[in-house]
Amino acid sequence: MEHLTFTYPAREAVARRVHIGVAGSGDLEVLLEPSADADAHVAVTTSVDGFGTVWKHVLDRFFTRFDGAAAIEINDCGATPGVVLLRLEQAVEALRA
Amino acid sequence: MSGTTVRERFLARRSFIELDARERARALLDPGTFRELAGPFDRLKSPWLPLQGVVAQADDGVVIARGSIDGESAVVASIEGAYQGGSVGEVSGAKLAGALELALRDFELGRPVRPLLLLETGGVRLQEANLGLAAIAEVHAAIVALRRHVPVVAVVAGMVGCFGGMSLAAALCSRLIVTRQARLGMNGPEVIEQEAGLAELDAGDRALIWSLMGGEQRQATGFADVLAEDDAEAIGAEVRRAFAAAAPTPRSERVEALIARLAGIDGERPPEPAALRALWGETRQ
Repeated sequence: MEHLTFTYPAREAVARRVHIGVAGSGDLEVLLEPSADADAHVAVTTSVDGFGTVWKHVLDRFFTRFDGAAAIEINDCGATPGVVLLRLEQAVEALRA
Repeated sequence: MSGTTVRERFLARRSFIELDARERARALLDPGTFRELAGPFDRLKSPWLPLQGVVAQADDGVVIARGSIDGESAVVASIEGAYQGGSVGEVSGAKLAGALELALRDFELGRPVRPLLLLETGGVRLQEANLGLAAIAEVHAAIVALRRHVPVVAVVAGMVGCFGGMSLAAALCSRLIVTRQARLGMNGPEVIEQEAGLAELDAGDRALIWSLMGGEQRQATGFADVLAEDDAEAIGAEVRRAFAAAAPTPRSERVEALIARLAGIDGERPPEPAALRALWGETRQ
């Protein structure tokens, strides 16, 4: 199990909180809520060690399309990068719904 | 029945099995009344799993929601089968037991509540063994206390099923609704194979497993009350019907009938699943 944190600059405030997914095998849980400051913060807990660089690439890509000042908690149970990105986009979709 | 009708009915169906625990609770409460208690943002996580290298989920795999069913106040406890096999640990067990105990307190204060359990669980969470077992005992006690006031209704939809101590919880409920995809049993097939050997039970033989502990067999032999389609609407209708009816004599209080059932079985030559239906189907109620 590994714990990773990331910070990204943000432009707009996040109005509410959203919960998506389950920390089940090959899947992950995303808790997205307003950040305490002007930046976006991501805290990842993952069952798979040694993929910090891959997490950074996935989140770098996600934050080219999302600029909300969100505090995002991810509880991951071995999801592939594609599933991670889909869950994050699902959270944003729910945020904007 | 024409092919078109079958297809149209299939397409019109909204699979209940495919819904996660939160969506299931929402689907069975009256529209717009779902209100979650002790939700993921309260972060009541397992303190034990991370110590054992397992990622903790923010709601510990149990969703507790208040709302109404047919306009009457209700509480739903829904277990997420995809998280750790729906296993019951210290926190998830406390959420289940707490929800039922608060419903009981409401009754004692003259406020009726309809308790609904959506069970998708392998039973106790082995990593939290004794704490989970203690919580399951509290769940049992709360169901027995509550069912004197109101039918306690449970749904086992699949595909995890309901096993171990939580299968006893299902058995204690006033009404048990299952689908064909559900399984109900004390020991899961993998456990039986591991402990008693492949000759006793081949856990990979799905047809055999479902013929023994599948929802259809369990309903036909009187361990479940209602066999429902995997459809949120159909299951919702059965849940409303179960609460509207008078509470039946609980299965676990029909002791004489259950003892008589066992007396009719030769342990040396256990009956085939179909024979068991013929043997026990009569004494269903």
